[in-house]
Amino acid sequence: MKLKFLLPLLIFVAIAGVLWKGLSLDPSAVPSPLVGKPAPQFELSQLHQADQTINRDSNLGKVWLLNVWASWCVSCRQEHPLFMQLARMGEVPIYGLNYKDERQDAIKWLADFGNPYVISAHDYSGRVGVDYGVYGVPETYVIDKLGVIRHKHTGPVSAQALQDTILPLVRELKKG
Amino acid sequence: MKKFMLVALLCLSFPLSIQVQAKEAEYATGTPEIHNRVMGVSEELRCLVCQGQSLGDSNSEFAVDMRAQIQEMMEGGMSDRQVVEFMVERYGDYVRYRPPFKASTLLLWFGPFILLAVGVAVLYTNVLRRGKQADEAPLTEEQQRHAAALLKQDSGENKA
Repeated sequence: MKLKFLLPLLIFVAIAGVLWKGLSLDPSAVPSPLVGKPAPQFELSQLHQADQTINRDSNLGKVWLLNVWASWCVSCRQEHPLFMQLARMGEVPIYGLNYKDERQDAIKWLADFGNPYVISAHDYSGRVGVDYGVYGVPETYVIDKLGVIRHKHTGPVSAQALQDTILPLVRELKKG
Repeated sequence: MKKFMLVALLCLSFPLSIQVQAKEAEYATGTPEIHNRVMGVSEELRCLVCQGQSLGDSNSEFAVDMRAQIQEMMEGGMSDRQVVEFMVERYGDYVRYRPPFKASTLLLWFGPFILLAVGVAVLYTNVLRRGKQADEAPLTEEQQRHAAALLKQDSGENKA
């Protein structure tokens, strides 16, 4: 009989628990069905050398990052210094997918802020982006030696995400 | 306080003005039949940058581009179903407003009904128990006299 008075408290604790959990969830982070699957094939012209192409299989045999970026993308600037630093460290090659951007704007952006990318592919129509499930730039993919997507990060990469998730994964994939 | 309200109102109206500026959907090309199919399918798909809106409702650049691509795919001969599958392959089940019926979505489909059943069960047992309590504890004669006296007194007061 005494327990009955505790019931509202228990219900409150349960609801508060669920809501508390909800606070730490990011509703804009949609789980990608592509993780664990081969990266979609693409063939695009290179940003700096329009007459040359780059495709997915150019990077078979190495672990690499594919970073979707654009000169119009504000939060790309936020993560950009981190990528510059990562490029200097040379631990993993970063390839860019320049998404729905004018070629000159993109080249100027890289000239202004620095170019961390080995090569950027120029996805003017954004169709390759759709194949990769891009919906918010920036997005970053970790792709393994066999060309399989192992991780997707939506939004600007933070130093913490890089240290805690991306780099440990890269190191592990490099071993395998 | 007034100032604060004004600032809050300004902040609230900001996203609205951006939305108004967003590109209007363009359907210059395409037969009416294709157009209807594009709209039909895009009502079923979630706009990922403006969650809570469908691709059909949204005028965000993302949604406009997506509709253009859907139209192209349909003109290329893809069926409505193939278009939805194309999107699910890339963006996951989450893009569908009507989630598929499978093991991982069972709770989503049946959860509300389970809650309803629990609610009805609680209500039912409570009502039943209260009924029983009333039956099991009839008033003694003295209590009844007392109650009648109270009622009389009450109605007497009302008259006065």
